[in-house]
Amino acid sequence: MPLTSPWRADFPGILALAAEGQTYLDSAATAQKPQAMLDALLGYYASGAANVHRAQHVPGERATRAFEATREKVARWLNAANAEQIIFTRSATEAFNLLAYGLEQQFQPGDEIVISSLEHHANLLPWQQLAQRRQLKLVVLPLDAYGLIDLSQAAQLIGPRTRLLAISQLSNVLGSWQPLRPLMALAQAQGALTVVDGSQGVVHGRQDVQALGCDFYVCSSHKLYGPDGVGLLYGRPQALEQLSHWQFGGEMLQDTDYHNARFRPAPLGFEAGTPPIASVIALGASLDYLSSLDASAVSAHEEALHRELITGLQQRQGLRLLGAPTVALASFVIEGVHPADLAHLLSEQGIAVRAGHHCAMPLLHGLGLSGAVRVSLGLYNEGADLRHFFDALDQALELLQ
Amino acid sequence: MSLPESAQVALVAFNECRGWEQRARLLMQWGDQLPPLSEAERCDANRVIGCESQVWLVAERQGEHWQLRASSDARLLRGLLALLLARVNGLCADALTQVDVPDWFTQLGLARHLSPSRSNGLQAVLARLHTLLSDTHQG
Repeated sequence: MPLTSPWRADFPGILALAAEGQTYLDSAATAQKPQAMLDALLGYYASGAANVHRAQHVPGERATRAFEATREKVARWLNAANAEQIIFTRSATEAFNLLAYGLEQQFQPGDEIVISSLEHHANLLPWQQLAQRRQLKLVVLPLDAYGLIDLSQAAQLIGPRTRLLAISQLSNVLGSWQPLRPLMALAQAQGALTVVDGSQGVVHGRQDVQALGCDFYVCSSHKLYGPDGVGLLYGRPQALEQLSHWQFGGEMLQDTDYHNARFRPAPLGFEAGTPPIASVIALGASLDYLSSLDASAVSAHEEALHRELITGLQQRQGLRLLGAPTVALASFVIEGVHPADLAHLLSEQGIAVRAGHHCAMPLLHGLGLSGAVRVSLGLYNEGADLRHFFDALDQALELLQ
Repeated sequence: MSLPESAQVALVAFNECRGWEQRARLLMQWGDQLPPLSEAERCDANRVIGCESQVWLVAERQGEHWQLRASSDARLLRGLLALLLARVNGLCADALTQVDVPDWFTQLGLARHLSPSRSNGLQAVLARLHTLLSDTHQG
């Protein structure tokens, strides 16, 4: 029986794209949004906008209440102990930059920051640049043959100078869960801080930051079926206390004169300026929507789709999968075919997949590739989407080979 | 402004295309006819930055006229490059800067390939071409 998604009709964007002849298989880049989120976004503006945390008036109070309600919902979604542990940023990228600047004072020249070789540029460049500013050593953990961070090598490379470990939970290129816990145990044994990039991981199954035990967890709203312009940063209380303030301006201060100021603690002390109010409120609606779904049914659907994707890809001659993807996405190259040519011909046929280096240039170069094609799945995708993709792939290969 | 002869040939051929498959085949044929660049010419100095595919562009001035050569490791992009060169090669610098390249690709039914999306190679090639031309003007 063909796989159908019972949630597809809740997403007007996926239906509109399908009506236009576009098969959307790029949810790892950004996801389509549920109707409930669109309603919340319009509802906020249509019923009267107001700034948060400033005014005494009724609209301001209403906006602040809705804004803070999302903080509670995010905390529940991630199982953070307290909503005060959730900082809203403008993107996941900004959250990483907040950490790299906010923790800068914690490092001495010669200290080591450990990342892995599969990191997205967002979890690479802020640390790379911090290392250059403070004369730190950036240590890059290698992968094993399956695209997982190699634990035995990690045990050698994480050492007494390691002050921070920052790794992805689920690679946006390789589509496999990384062995977070043993890696974090190695770092914690050295007293290092741990940062988890949950940008992809948070979308596929519920994550529990307390069980995970990391110091910081970063993700973004727009991949989690929410609006863009919002990133999320969770921090353990003891970890948040180590952050220095980094962006300065409205509402992040306790009091100031012309020459000196005292700042608020997290979260507001790290939310300078007017935040993306409408987007934060609408993210709350996305989380309500997601919470209302049968989580095990969603997981089972995503697993079945992913199996179908992998089986189909493995049947194509000369196709090489990157790593051993187990969830959410798969990246591949085809012998003798340039990924850009493949992407060109897939897009001619209305297939929206991503081609290129996927914001992980060093990883692709390490695999000896200049690019790859990535198919990624959302809960609204179904068997018919994959059939369109495979038909288009076969047509493209016939032309190219 | 009259079109160079090879541009006229391209225009007729692409306008006769029925569907994406024919267009893709034709694009690859044009790409295959593009004279290859030598190993030495495919150097970093000639590389167009900003393309996810590798693209090289060589511009030579012969008197008042420009002769451009280009190549890429991607076949369809090579075809797009061939069509660009068919339109602009042999023009004098002034005429070259006045060519409406987006309009040219629209006439060919290939406007989409000039999208502002950053992974698109053709935009980066045009930017490079403009830099080369303005550098020479100033020099």
